[in-house]
Amino acid sequence: MLSMRKSVTLPAVVMVTSVLLAACGNDGAAVNKVSEKTAVTSEAQTASQDTSKAGQEATAADYSVAVEGYRTFAVEQIDAFVKETEKFTEAVKAGDLEKAKLLYAPARMYYERIEPVAEALGDLDPNIDARDGDVEAADWRGFHRIEKALWADKTTDGMSEYADTLLSDAKLLRAKVETMDIDASLMVTGAVELLNEVSSSKVTGEEERYSHTDLYDFAANVEGAREIYNLLKDDLAAKDKQLNQQIADRFEALEKELAPFKDGDGYVSYEKLKDEDVRKLSQNLDALAEPLSNMGQVLGV
Amino acid sequence: MTENKQDSLKKPLSRREMLKLTGVAGLGLLIGGGGAGGLMALGRKGSSVAAVEPAAADKQGLPFYGKHQAGIITPAQDFICFAAFDVTAGSVEELRRLFRDWTAASAAMASGQMIGEHNTTLNTPPTDTGEAAGLTPSRTTLTFGVGPSLFDGRFGLKGPKPRGLRDLPAFAGDALDPQWCGGDLCVQVCADDMQVAFHAIRNLARIARGHAVLRWTQEGFQRTGRADPAGGTPRNLLGFKDGTGNPDTTDAVLMDRTVWVQPSDGPGWMAGGSYMAVRRVRMRVEVWDRSTLKDQEATFGRHRDSGAPIGSRGEFDPVDLQAKSTDGQPLIPATSHLRLAKGDGSQQILRRSYSYSSGLDPKTGQLDAGLLFISYQRDMDKQFIPIQTRLAKSDKLNEYTVHVGSAVFACFPGCKQGGYIGETLF
Repeated sequence: MLSMRKSVTLPAVVMVTSVLLAACGNDGAAVNKVSEKTAVTSEAQTASQDTSKAGQEATAADYSVAVEGYRTFAVEQIDAFVKETEKFTEAVKAGDLEKAKLLYAPARMYYERIEPVAEALGDLDPNIDARDGDVEAADWRGFHRIEKALWADKTTDGMSEYADTLLSDAKLLRAKVETMDIDASLMVTGAVELLNEVSSSKVTGEEERYSHTDLYDFAANVEGAREIYNLLKDDLAAKDKQLNQQIADRFEALEKELAPFKDGDGYVSYEKLKDEDVRKLSQNLDALAEPLSNMGQVLGV
Repeated sequence: MTENKQDSLKKPLSRREMLKLTGVAGLGLLIGGGGAGGLMALGRKGSSVAAVEPAAADKQGLPFYGKHQAGIITPAQDFICFAAFDVTAGSVEELRRLFRDWTAASAAMASGQMIGEHNTTLNTPPTDTGEAAGLTPSRTTLTFGVGPSLFDGRFGLKGPKPRGLRDLPAFAGDALDPQWCGGDLCVQVCADDMQVAFHAIRNLARIARGHAVLRWTQEGFQRTGRADPAGGTPRNLLGFKDGTGNPDTTDAVLMDRTVWVQPSDGPGWMAGGSYMAVRRVRMRVEVWDRSTLKDQEATFGRHRDSGAPIGSRGEFDPVDLQAKSTDGQPLIPATSHLRLAKGDGSQQILRRSYSYSSGLDPKTGQLDAGLLFISYQRDMDKQFIPIQTRLAKSDKLNEYTVHVGSAVFACFPGCKQGGYIGETLF
């Protein structure tokens, strides 16, 4: 988590810049969406190599359908996240250990699908999702703090306050996403970041070290990346059919690799994975992330 | 950006041009220049050709294209990065594409160029990972082969599986660990700089993503050209010279007889190629260090200091297996490595081994160090296998070594510019 946060600093800055650039033209652009889109596409193609300037003003209009689609998705996910977190925190506060354990991983999936959005919003991500050691011990709160109590200490004692804070952090995320500027660049970077998240902590079983529900996060991160790709794939196919096909195939391969570990509505415990399973999942993940990381250049964002 | 500059961006940049362009050049070039000058000065001081050669090849690199693959009879570089891959590709078309991409990248790296076109584009991950930027080609060679498992029917390959391409038989005393064995493909990268060698393996693994995955890797080293400007026979980690009896790689007739697969040997796709045996041989260095010099010399059949056969003075003195000591025992013991490896002299292999050190064995706290044995031969059954069978049975060295890894690969013939490595098979 911590390392990921550092790496978002850059996109976040880029984003602020594009807020400024996009702000003035935004309203008008939305109306003209369709006609502008065709014009911009051909322009982007001629620009091919020089991506440093080319995209910029075009971006907002060019991918506005995808961007709006993603905003809708993010809001839906965060709405559900707040709702499910509320159920989870209620169970914690009511001292219902077993119920809290059942609700923990499913609630987190909504968050994991849109994690790059949260990461772009300052301290929200560490407050909600920091693992033991990511932050100063005194500042540690959020899901993983409660996870430790539920699975390692086997109690909900003393968790009431953490539960309240977690819910209010979740609600704050919901409020902030409303005014957040999302652009194609954030989406593209976010898709790769989601897979990097999986690669650096979920596939190794470090994310959910007490509950071993890592595969829930794994699946959710991949679903989040898949959503972004789905929204952009037509644009991508128009510019680079081969790359698009490669990404599609490798999503499919990874999903196929993950499928046997499904268990009812959820996933088996990370502890059930053999070394060989982990290696295969990791290799399929790397195979997908590599071409996915070229999407931005091809799209010119 | 002007039209012109854009065009120049499409051409591959040398690592040095790259530095100039990005404006970091000044310091790097000064240091680089000093380094190269230093090497050449060394070459002039020393009398040996070996030390001069690397300096010259440093500038343009060794040719990647040719009748044979480089890295086989090429004088051994200082470092090796070896990797075995498993293929995950589903079709021979995909394999072909992988080898085309590997060939293009390899040719670029052998001549010190950056890989790919996007090394100055800001919104995409650079096509070259960059850690070799500004470095000389360092005599990099990249040598590719295929293992027996590639012929298991997954691919409709054009050429048949060679008779001799199969997993090595179990030799006496083998303690093979699957994590150091086999592989559908292999790449042997050798270079006079470890960072340059690592860069090559890393980039090839990156290009392979989605088509092939790493199965096992091993890095290795020997004394550098700088530490031994005279270019003497390198010593292994037991302190003995290793490779004295290697066939002369400048003798083309001998190479055709011992290393290169001939058209009459079949299959046709291997003509001009060579078979590679790889063994990861762990040395029990702690045990070795407790044995007397006399025992050590009797184990190898050579004097440690000079490398000469026991009873002789010079490293390259003819080996007299009949010589007896005053008590009537052979001077070069019957179980010595030298005597058993030589046999009746009818089998020869080209050894191209490197030492390795992989930290420590967590179980015992002892060093995990030894030899990444690599040999090239025209025919596994007539060369490597009989020699190793003999050694495994009675070599006194076996007390101090244990074979933990094993693999066999058919290394392709070379290819011309415009072609690709493996084209005769795919």
